[in-house]
Amino acid sequence: MNRMRIQAALAPGGVAAILFAAILFTVILFTVIFVTAGASHAAETENLISQIKAVGAEGNGNEAAAVAVAGLSAGGVDSLPEILAGFKGASPLAANYLRSAAETIADRQLADGAKLPASRLEQLVKDGKQDPRARRLAYELLLRVDKSAEERLIPGMLLDSSPEFRRDAVQRLLDQANDKRLSEKQVVAVYRSALSGATDEDQVKTISKALKSLGEEVNLVEHFGFLTAWKIVGPFDNTDFVGFNKTYPPEAEIDLSAKLEGQKGEVAWGEISTEDEFGIVDIAKSVAPHKGAVMYLTSEFDAKAAGDVQFRFGTPNAWKLWLNGKLLFGRDEYHRGMAIDQYSVSAKLKAGENVILLKLCQNEQEDDWAQRYQIQLRVCDSSGIAVRPVAALAAKSDPRVASSGGKE
Amino acid sequence: MRVPEKTIRRAALMICGLGCVAFLTGADWRQFRGNDVSGVAQDASIPSSFSSDENVAWKIELPGRGLSGPIVVGDRVYVTASSGFRQDRLHVLCFDRKSGDKLFERQFLATGRTMCHPKMCVATPTPASDGKRIFAFYSSNDVACLDLDGTLLWYRGLTHDYPNASNSLGMASSPIVIDDTLIVQVENDAESFAVGLDVETGKSRWKKERPKRANWTSPTFFTDKESGKSLALLQSSAGVEAVEPKTGERAWNFGDGASTIPSSVVSGGSILIPSNGLTVLRPGTGAEPDQIWNDNRLSPGTASPLVVDGKVYVVNRAGVLQAADVTTGSLLWRLRLKGPFSSTPVAAGTKLVFFNEKGTAQIVDASGEEGEIIGEGDLGETILATPAVSGSDLFVRSDKHLWKISE
Repeated sequence: MNRMRIQAALAPGGVAAILFAAILFTVILFTVIFVTAGASHAAETENLISQIKAVGAEGNGNEAAAVAVAGLSAGGVDSLPEILAGFKGASPLAANYLRSAAETIADRQLADGAKLPASRLEQLVKDGKQDPRARRLAYELLLRVDKSAEERLIPGMLLDSSPEFRRDAVQRLLDQANDKRLSEKQVVAVYRSALSGATDEDQVKTISKALKSLGEEVNLVEHFGFLTAWKIVGPFDNTDFVGFNKTYPPEAEIDLSAKLEGQKGEVAWGEISTEDEFGIVDIAKSVAPHKGAVMYLTSEFDAKAAGDVQFRFGTPNAWKLWLNGKLLFGRDEYHRGMAIDQYSVSAKLKAGENVILLKLCQNEQEDDWAQRYQIQLRVCDSSGIAVRPVAALAAKSDPRVASSGGKE
Repeated sequence: MRVPEKTIRRAALMICGLGCVAFLTGADWRQFRGNDVSGVAQDASIPSSFSSDENVAWKIELPGRGLSGPIVVGDRVYVTASSGFRQDRLHVLCFDRKSGDKLFERQFLATGRTMCHPKMCVATPTPASDGKRIFAFYSSNDVACLDLDGTLLWYRGLTHDYPNASNSLGMASSPIVIDDTLIVQVENDAESFAVGLDVETGKSRWKKERPKRANWTSPTFFTDKESGKSLALLQSSAGVEAVEPKTGERAWNFGDGASTIPSSVVSGGSILIPSNGLTVLRPGTGAEPDQIWNDNRLSPGTASPLVVDGKVYVVNRAGVLQAADVTTGSLLWRLRLKGPFSSTPVAAGTKLVFFNEKGTAQIVDASGEEGEIIGEGDLGETILATPAVSGSDLFVRSDKHLWKISE
């Protein structure tokens, strides 16, 4: 019986069938091996990325992260996209470990004369759902193998969520505006377009100066989202720095009609506002050059929707900041400089009215350079684009507001 | 057993060869002011004159500014830089000492604040090394530890962990390594502390509160000759605190105040502190060190003092170099230099090298009774960083380049 089967199988058609079955078996076997190996490799990479993402404050998780970086760094170039995708949700510390692994792999690959996965990197750069840090790194890796990527990608980045991409896109427009062949109208249009993506002070100043020289109006208060009108009360005592940690009545309750016991007698809430182009509210000039004093400022911010924002501000004075009664942060430093976006404090706005309270402390130094008593505060998203209150949105016809996708 | 003569000859040749290689390549310069934080390379011999096109072995463009000096570990030179509009891009670069070829570059994103005075930048502290690892520290209080080939071993964000630890003018203190501990001073008006980090893991062995006042000085160390035990010296506006490197426990304290810009220097058994001019202490058997002398005329400007062959050299705010006897404090001579200076001077033997902010080096021969300028070297670029000296090489970092000066 068996011999008959063998003979039948050895017939011309049977040989082909055996051959076909053998090939099929081999293909399936190798597919299974590759898929399994690939899946195992992917799982291993994912595991190493998780180990890195577990790194925490005080060096916790450093040892495991070091092992994971070594593991990832030893991997092939195929793992680059996975590592970059791993930036999503990574803390600033973890992102630096991941960056290091990605750079090591890319360096080795290029030193060996091999290629980087350019199309996958470009895909990642374009994917707005990926972490902006990873997208930027992918772009910089891509540039190492394809210089033309800049021309291809940057012009579309004017309103990107990554400030670095936006900066590059704005710079291209600034270069374009210098083209002598453009008409004045075209130049204005280029600068207006550049302004829509600019949030870095140097670029905004360059654009603003150029537009003004062309007879155009520029509203930087609106552009940056500075808060220019506040209620103010004080001074309270800060001689010998006692005021920073002392709780004065506005910290317990904001009652704009209350008469309060101040440093030099009874004080009441008044108003302070600024017409400064960069939204600088000057207490020393607008109220009085108080020394050894604490002043409180409050303002309401009507948010269209609940969401994460940043309060970015500059001041040469010590300060504390509250949102809706919750202390966000405070800093006890005097006269070490003042700059736009000097401080950045993350917060969550609720929809509707939000109450901002600022405590601003002045010390008793007599030096000329220690007399400033100022604040410049704006509300923006994590990339620096202004978040405007409802009233400003209603009055605003800036095309960027319409295209900023929920930033308002 | 009789060792064959041939073997002895080979061994002797090998030892001579190794000696020659060591001399030619020079010793390591592993941190701000070198391994012993003195700024002195006793056996080094560098050119007396150079310029941007004379005695320049190589010159490499850097990706960002830095007031951080280069360090030398074996046949490699490491330097840090910061770049980007917000200066939040932190670089660690490694170059081949001989050729200047870039061996690797790693970049990190700052996790702390990056605001600085325009003259300063985020890459102001000089990195340190224990010979096996590189510790790159920045004004943002980020600490990256890499192996010598650039693999990240650990990363700490000290402002990430302590959010009020920053200075809006920038931080400048350069860390040092003692007893497997990286000593880092993070001192400012708001949240001031020093930490001892385990070099293996980056975890804090200790953390102690420090005076709440901006401080740009760097730690140094004092080693007791008899016990061989070292103490880290932490300077601040309050004075100098000597602590055990592994525990942070206070050994003694000098509380008469000190400068917050130029740092102390240790030479022989003495500690020279920029305090009320210059104050010299000598730790003895008592709980507190003895004060040997003080002279308020010897007041350093930005650059830290330098001690060579029993003489202390101080450059005051007016750019006048003063030499005094370390033992007695008596003033020996004065010499006007072309300043201003941010870079701390270094010594190659008895040649003292002073780089001013315009990028001009003045080489002073300190071997005679009076100091004499024996050469100049103009690199034509802003120089605010302290150079490194090793063998016959001087490594200098300008705003835009890393230079190797060598005959």
